[in-house]
Amino acid sequence: MKPMQPMNAITLPYRPIALGLLAIAFSALVFQRAQAGGSHYFPPVGDPVVKEECGSCHLAFPPSMLPASSWKRMMGELTNHFGDDASVDPATARHITNYLVSNAGDTGGQRYSDKLLRGTSTSKAPLRITELDRWVKEHREVPAWEWQHKEVRSKANCLACHAGAERGYYDD
Amino acid sequence: MKHHPRKQPGTLLLAATLALLLNTTAFAAPRDELLAGYAAAAKTADPAFAGFSATRGEAFHRQSFAGGKADTPACTSCHARDPRTSGQTPAGKAIDPVALSASPGRYADPAKVEKWFKRNCNEVLGRQCTAQEKGDWLSFMISQ
Repeated sequence: MKPMQPMNAITLPYRPIALGLLAIAFSALVFQRAQAGGSHYFPPVGDPVVKEECGSCHLAFPPSMLPASSWKRMMGELTNHFGDDASVDPATARHITNYLVSNAGDTGGQRYSDKLLRGTSTSKAPLRITELDRWVKEHREVPAWEWQHKEVRSKANCLACHAGAERGYYDD
Repeated sequence: MKHHPRKQPGTLLLAATLALLLNTTAFAAPRDELLAGYAAAAKTADPAFAGFSATRGEAFHRQSFAGGKADTPACTSCHARDPRTSGQTPAGKAIDPVALSASPGRYADPAKVEKWFKRNCNEVLGRQCTAQEKGDWLSFMISQ
C-alpha cells in the first residue's frame, strides 16, 4: 500500500456540507411550492410588448387573473377600454391577444388563478378583475377612504398597497 | 498599450470622433425628424407658420380645454405641471417626467409619440392636435 500524504490532503467537513446543501434544497423546494401554489402569486407579464402596451396607464395585470374569454372580449373592444381609447395596430393586438389567452387563468395560468376565478363564469367573460367575487371578498375590509386616497385613486392601482405586485405578489 | 506599435494616432482620433458623432446623431435624429415633419405639416396648414415656440408649448401644456373628457381637461390632469417631475394616470400609475432632461430616452420613437398624441389629444381636447400644437409642446419638453 502506498502511503498517503496526510500533510497535503485537504480535509473537508463532509457532513456539515451535506447537511447544509440538504437544508438549502429543502427550503428551495418549499419556497417553490409556496410560490406556485400560494393563492396570492400571479406570474407577472413577461412579454416586453405586452408589458409596454398594457402597462403604460395601469399595472400590466397578470393574464392569469382573468379567463381567456375575458381577454378575447377585452382585446375586441380596445377603442372603448373602460372609457378610454387604448387601440393598438392589428399586428400588436394579435400578439397581445395570443399572450393573454395562452396565459389566461383557465388555460396556462390555471394553477395560479384557481381561487381567484372560483365561482366566475367563463361564458360571462368578466372584464374587471375588481368585480370578481373572490376579489371583492378579499378586499371587503378596505374602507372607502383608502380607495379615494390620492396615492391610490383607483382599484386598478394594486401597487399602492401590494408592494410586490409588479413581481407577482399580491399578499396583504 | 506598450506592445502595440504606435501608429496613426490620427486614424484613431478620427474613428473616435466619427463614433461619437454617429452616436449623437442616432439619438438626436428621430426628434429632429419628428419636429421637421410637424413643421412641414404646419407650414402646409398655415403658410405664415414661422417656427415652433416653447413658450406657446408651455401655455398649451397648462391650458384647460372643454372639448375632451371631464376628468382630463388638461395635459396636467395626468402629467405634472412642472414637466420635470412625475405625473400620475387616473389608474394611479406613476408617469415618468415629460421633460427631456428628466427622461432622456423620450421622443426617440416617432410612432410612440404619435400614438400618445392621438390618444391624449382626443382625451383632453376632444380632437386631434394640430401639427403646430404638437411641435410647440414638443419644443417645450425638449427645452426643459
